[in-house]
Amino acid sequence: MRRATSLVAYLQVAPLTLVFVAFLLFPLLALMVVSFWDYTAYTTIPTVVLTNYREILSSPVTYTTYLNTLKFAVLTWLLTLTIGFTIAYFLAFHVRTFIWQIALFLICTVPFLTSNIIHMISWIPFLGRHGIFNSTLQALGLIHEPLEFLLFSDFAVVLAFVHLYTLFMVIPIFNSMMRIDRSLLAAASDCGASDGQVVREVIIPLSKPGIAIGSIFVVTLVMGDFVTVRLMSGGQSASVGLMMMNQIALLQYPAAAANAVILLLVTLLIVAAMVRIVDIRKEL
Amino acid sequence: MGEGRRPRSFYVLGAFFVIFVLFLYGPLSAIIILSFQGPSGGLTFPMNGVSMHCFTALFAQQRVGDFWGAFQRSLALAMLVMVSTVLLSLPAGLAFRKHFRGATALFYLAVASLIVPSILISLGIGLMFNILGWETAWYSSALGAHLTWTLPFGLLIMLAVFNRFNLSYEEAARDLGASGWQTIVGVVVPIIAPSLIGIALFGFTRSYDEFGRTLLTAGVYNSLPLEIYGMTTNITSPALYALGTLTTSVSSAAIVILLTISFYLRKRESQ
Repeated sequence: MRRATSLVAYLQVAPLTLVFVAFLLFPLLALMVVSFWDYTAYTTIPTVVLTNYREILSSPVTYTTYLNTLKFAVLTWLLTLTIGFTIAYFLAFHVRTFIWQIALFLICTVPFLTSNIIHMISWIPFLGRHGIFNSTLQALGLIHEPLEFLLFSDFAVVLAFVHLYTLFMVIPIFNSMMRIDRSLLAAASDCGASDGQVVREVIIPLSKPGIAIGSIFVVTLVMGDFVTVRLMSGGQSASVGLMMMNQIALLQYPAAAANAVILLLVTLLIVAAMVRIVDIRKEL
Repeated sequence: MGEGRRPRSFYVLGAFFVIFVLFLYGPLSAIIILSFQGPSGGLTFPMNGVSMHCFTALFAQQRVGDFWGAFQRSLALAMLVMVSTVLLSLPAGLAFRKHFRGATALFYLAVASLIVPSILISLGIGLMFNILGWETAWYSSALGAHLTWTLPFGLLIMLAVFNRFNLSYEEAARDLGASGWQTIVGVVVPIIAPSLIGIALFGFTRSYDEFGRTLLTAGVYNSLPLEIYGMTTNITSPALYALGTLTTSVSSAAIVILLTISFYLRKRESQ
């Protein structure tokens, strides 16, 4: 009987496992293999050389690009965490009926289900030289020249990241908060804790798993990004993903693959550091 | 519920929430309005009259490439991803309720699939197909690439659902003589149907808009997001906004349809 049950279980997970093996493990393996290949301007040569890694690790451009990407990741993380936590806190503890919580939650979710690229493009009429923001400020007499840094800048990149990814923070934090036993909050207040103390001493510690999951999402999404940086900086800022895309455009696949392997290691290290804080599986 | 006066913090946070919602919807509504710009209008306000000019320009093929073909491919791909995500996540979720060897490894594989940056999946699958001498195409390589993003979500949602699932319904069905298959189809699936719709919604919308994972896996024919990305570099007319309006309405239609089904199922369940 036990044997039959486990056979059924294996059959049930087989298709899903096959997809992960075929489209995650094998491709990552392909990346690792190709990262040791050599290449010329016209072709790739299957062999085992370390030149790709040596070139990447000895180039100062690599380090500045990684630093720039990390800068985006940290800024986006801080902003999405602050905004996401506040929104989740409002929904979980200030909205009083379940129906309203779900309704407001859905309002926040819908934009996230529509096109990312369109969301980025939609900042153009706002932030451009003659955009709404500049013309409003000029009409109010606050500025005389349009602000140039609004669009096609690092500012625009971070703004777009926050716009796109805050929801990845809201969902897991809201989920954690909804599981907090309300009597704990009442107990804390009864013992004389102020609202601020309740948030600091009770809610934040108990929301930690949600915060960690959201942070993992946001940081990995930003670390691997190339479209947002490309579109919002107008090609003026660099990211690791963009560096890889440039190599792919030049058909330097082995170099791009080596970069990919390094990016994967860096991302996994960051995630490993975050996972130490929380056991994800307990949180579902 | 609803007793007592609201504290001042409610209004402060409420205002913050409203600003956040405006931040989410504002830019998008602006381009939807601007897509109805008159023929002489530009990329920003003010509006120079109201017309469908941009939409007709969109369908004049020579101007924006194969927009219609890309749309059809993206729609078909999104449907495929949606159906596969549901059909693969559900049995996997059921399997995780029994203890089988490798369950933990598979769980971490799914988590890994979420955190590996999309460009690595795209490049890896592209290279793998290249090494094997296969042609990349939207229905093979791009489908697989999209599934690496939607399946982990599907599985995680299933695990969360079954963690809270009341086993007594199934036991009752079994006591009444239902077979394992009958129990799943007749009892389990109807109860978790709203969550399955949620997985379907996620699968459809994420695939329909996926860019990173499609870039190096779509093959000869572009998907819609690739087409839109191409337009951003060489088109500076509000036709781009018209495309944004159209594709947003498709996503919104999918959201409305699936949410309506979900609410209907929930209502029927509670009766």
